[in-house]
Amino acid sequence: MAAGAVLGAAGTDGTRVQTAPGGERPGAMEPAEGAARTLPSTGRVSVAGRISGAGRLSRGPHLRKLSGRLGVSPSGRALPPGSQENADPQKIAFLLRKQWTLYSVTPLYKFSSAHLKDYGRQLGAFIAAEKQKGLAVEVGVELGIKVAVSSLPGLKGSDQDHAAVLVQLSLKSSASQKKTEEKLIWSGWFCCVAGDDLSLNVLEDFTCLPLFLANGAESYTSLVGSWFQKTFDCCFRRLVISPLILTWMAALWTGYKVDKTSSAVELVFSVPCLPQPLDISYAIHTEDAKALWDTVQKTPGEITQEEVDVFMDCLYSHFHRHFKIHLSATKLVKVSTGIASARCDGIIKFLQSQYIIRVLMLLTELAVAQIQ
Amino acid sequence: MQRRQSSKHSKHVHDSNQTDLSAWRKERSIDTEKTVQNQQSPSDDSEHNSLEKALRFFEKVQDRVSLKKSEVLQKHLSTVESIGLQRGLPPEAFDTLLTVALSGKLADTVNTRLLKSLVPASVIPETSVVSSVSWLCVSKCTGSIQLLFLRWLITMFDFIDRKEQLHALYGFFFSFLYDDKLCPYACHVLYLLTRKENVKPFRVRRLLDLQAKTGMQPHLQALLSLYKLFCPELVNITLPGKSKTYFKNSEAPWKAAINTVRRRNQANSPVSQALCLGTAQPQSRKRKWNTQLIVPVSSANAQNLVGNREKNCVDLYSTIESFPVEQLQTFTQLLENIHCLEFPSQMGSVLANPLLLHYMNCIKDESIYLRLYYWMGQTLQEECTWCVVENNQYEQEFKDFLEIIYKAECFLQEGFSSCEEFLCRSLPLWDGLCCRSQILRLVSWIPLSSFSEMKSQICDPLAQLFFTSSLYFKCSVLECLKELLQNWLNRHVVQLDSESDNQFHSLNTTLSGLVNGIAELIHFVGWISTVALRLENNCTFLLYFILDFYEIVCDMYLKYNLPLLIMPPAGVFYPALLSMDSVSLNHLCYIMYRYRANLVAAKENELNKKKTQQFKFSSQTYQEYNQYIIAMVGCLWTSSAFQKDDHPQGVRLDEELLKQTGVQEFKNSFNIVYHPAMMGYAILFLQQACPDDTTFNFSLIKGKKWNWYLEYLYAQGLKGLKLFVESSINRVSQASQNKAGNVEV
Repeated sequence: MAAGAVLGAAGTDGTRVQTAPGGERPGAMEPAEGAARTLPSTGRVSVAGRISGAGRLSRGPHLRKLSGRLGVSPSGRALPPGSQENADPQKIAFLLRKQWTLYSVTPLYKFSSAHLKDYGRQLGAFIAAEKQKGLAVEVGVELGIKVAVSSLPGLKGSDQDHAAVLVQLSLKSSASQKKTEEKLIWSGWFCCVAGDDLSLNVLEDFTCLPLFLANGAESYTSLVGSWFQKTFDCCFRRLVISPLILTWMAALWTGYKVDKTSSAVELVFSVPCLPQPLDISYAIHTEDAKALWDTVQKTPGEITQEEVDVFMDCLYSHFHRHFKIHLSATKLVKVSTGIASARCDGIIKFLQSQYIIRVLMLLTELAVAQIQ
Repeated sequence: MQRRQSSKHSKHVHDSNQTDLSAWRKERSIDTEKTVQNQQSPSDDSEHNSLEKALRFFEKVQDRVSLKKSEVLQKHLSTVESIGLQRGLPPEAFDTLLTVALSGKLADTVNTRLLKSLVPASVIPETSVVSSVSWLCVSKCTGSIQLLFLRWLITMFDFIDRKEQLHALYGFFFSFLYDDKLCPYACHVLYLLTRKENVKPFRVRRLLDLQAKTGMQPHLQALLSLYKLFCPELVNITLPGKSKTYFKNSEAPWKAAINTVRRRNQANSPVSQALCLGTAQPQSRKRKWNTQLIVPVSSANAQNLVGNREKNCVDLYSTIESFPVEQLQTFTQLLENIHCLEFPSQMGSVLANPLLLHYMNCIKDESIYLRLYYWMGQTLQEECTWCVVENNQYEQEFKDFLEIIYKAECFLQEGFSSCEEFLCRSLPLWDGLCCRSQILRLVSWIPLSSFSEMKSQICDPLAQLFFTSSLYFKCSVLECLKELLQNWLNRHVVQLDSESDNQFHSLNTTLSGLVNGIAELIHFVGWISTVALRLENNCTFLLYFILDFYEIVCDMYLKYNLPLLIMPPAGVFYPALLSMDSVSLNHLCYIMYRYRANLVAAKENELNKKKTQQFKFSSQTYQEYNQYIIAMVGCLWTSSAFQKDDHPQGVRLDEELLKQTGVQEFKNSFNIVYHPAMMGYAILFLQQACPDDTTFNFSLIKGKKWNWYLEYLYAQGLKGLKLFVESSINRVSQASQNKAGNVEV
């Protein structure tokens, strides 16, 4: 939010469009001036646009509904009702507001949830051994890393889904010998929400937990990941999110109801082929975005690629009207809404516990697509 | 020149890629000296001999020999040096060489050079180290050699095969602490050796005394802190915080050589390297933590651990029946333990291990393939050098990986499904250069069932690249498609053999599916061949590969029991018939002979078996064959070129037009005398048959001479022509030159 350029414009249809610097600072109004001022050559341009004439921006009359066109089709799937009910709210809360790096994981061979405690012990021993490797001369330092592997009940979409598995590494402070003083240094979890596409195709000995989310230093991710790869003959791969999927997320999450007014919908675009990186941040009030989406989306519970495209095109044309920038020529790199935020490099943050399952369902689908 | 005529047995075509078991056994034998030797080319035998001679010399050397005066010593010393530093010394060399170096028989310059070249190829036997310590204790050698030996010992510590007896010598090493010069290195050795039971009050006292005398030395501190770690109650002093450099670096003289040897061994065999040297993973880039192209073999311990937890046993294997895969080194071991063998924890490690591939061949378990499928699919996608931009610097590594996959496919005689999927995804993006031969070889293992499904994903990009790339690329594509066809046919034959056991049928296509798939492939190759011959001006080299392909096609009925024969398109047949060189013509003759044999056999079978067969060759095939054979006999034999060819693309010209060209006797111009590919033979024949005639009067070759000429051609190796003439041309009588071809089938 460094750029100070203030861009203002009046909607041609007479509706007032207020723009202000600082993505999440609505209200700081500037008088409409007409043409946009020039952009700074580097840095970020933040625009908070208020779309009031959403109705006029809606699509033409003869749109055809396409379904299942996208490899990932979040459309037409009945959501598991109340699947989160038996989830421990505390554990769910733990997952919120953290940055999780996404990985896809191939099915685990001979994994058994009956042995989670043993796995924790073995993983702890493995980490201790790896940590001491190459430190022959460094003696007397105890690496008190405690590993806990537990199950996260409730985080599933259907009965076929395996219960999510949480791995936590915490540091035992050696100075004070008190057991209570454990500092959580890394956590990661495996989950599968409505991953039937994968689960149905594998054999008995395999456990499908195709999505892995890690928070903490990558060195620990690598240790834990290596151990799982060695022990359960699986394969981890970073899961990146394509711009196309990001538009889906933007549309989907905009459509979800949020209790109270939450932060704006923010889309970050990166302009390619510039000597210096230039990011454009485009923030829209949640209720405006929702209003726009509601006019675009026709059948409840079913979303088509075309609707997503129309939604994005509306946002693009609105932006173009004021700033003469074609956002469609840039690359969408981040979507952030009140539900969750996602980055193209595969980092996600959950913000609303009630929608975590739905977000995970989409992510599971992405992970399965990467595996198959 | 000579074509292979005897029908080679289809199943053995890939022998060259099958692993030779005996070689494997030798290679993996515990005798690691042999490992080194066997991996080298035969030219290294001489080196091996000279090393043996050098060792014998050093064994016998008694008195002090002057290096300057003795050329023998110079020679043997440089042998040991060059072998030691380049490829490492075999285990049995160490005893002799250490004894010489430490016994003080020779000058210190020699001893130093010897010690510096003592780099192991695999391991160092513990006994040789123990005996050298005893030499050290009798003080026959000078202080500098003692010092160098300790540094050597520290550097090579991890290469010593066992260390039990070495631990028993703890006290001897401890005594070296009193030598000021040796002290830092002795400390380092002790640091490596110390176990809890070695920490004794008297040793702690000695160390503290030393420290009081010499001041705070980092090496003493290191040993003391280790003692304190084991027995805190014995060491009361407070030691300063951690310091990173307790010991001086000892490995300098050997570092480069160790790396050289390691790289060498690694290049020769990625599997045996890890086993022999006992070192960790080959340190490739670790740009990503989760990609490992060559996975080391290790037991599936985790499940075992869980199972044994209640018993709380320390020794993993004491209660487990299974044979640890790490120890599997010979084929005999495989046979003896096959009942209690378990696959390694990561299936990916099976690929580069022929013994485990054997095992995989025996065990029909779907989970094996599924594990391999996931791992390989992910790794291929992640590491593909043209799909992932950052990977392009790792092309060699990826190449090696593809090579390993290909070899495993040859071994198992089947393709991996993750590989097909990878090819489907990546071929459209392929530039045709990167890892070319590896990719094309992988294409040759795509199973027929998936090929039909993915024809457009495989063939379209291949055809595009084919038309726009060099002659060599075209040839390699044709070669790989030939392999592909051959693999399908082999599989079909194997399936026919084992038709009784129903194991196979589910996986594979029906006969009609097979026939359609193969026909599709042959038509595809016919099409690209026709275009390529135009593009490359009927290049002989290209024609060779095309005809090679048709050599398989023409024999599918007899050799592979497949009810399908497809004639080459005119765009291939005529360029071969009118080719400028005899190799192609001879090749074509052989192919036409085989077509005839197959078609005749098919017709006979049809007549014999009255029942209607599911598959019949269409009359069109016979028609095409007859058109070709009429044209061919007309050209080569009956001297009626341009007349008898009724193929729409055939060699037929209007008589008027031919007259206008002014060529005399144009009808002859493609017979076996005048044909541009044969004229050279005709000249040589005339020189021998009529040495007096210098006019090269080709018309002399007729009657008896015609037969002589034929014999001459056969003797020149034109066996294809011989078979063709004998089978397809009905000569009225051998004596008569009256040429009449009854060629209709």
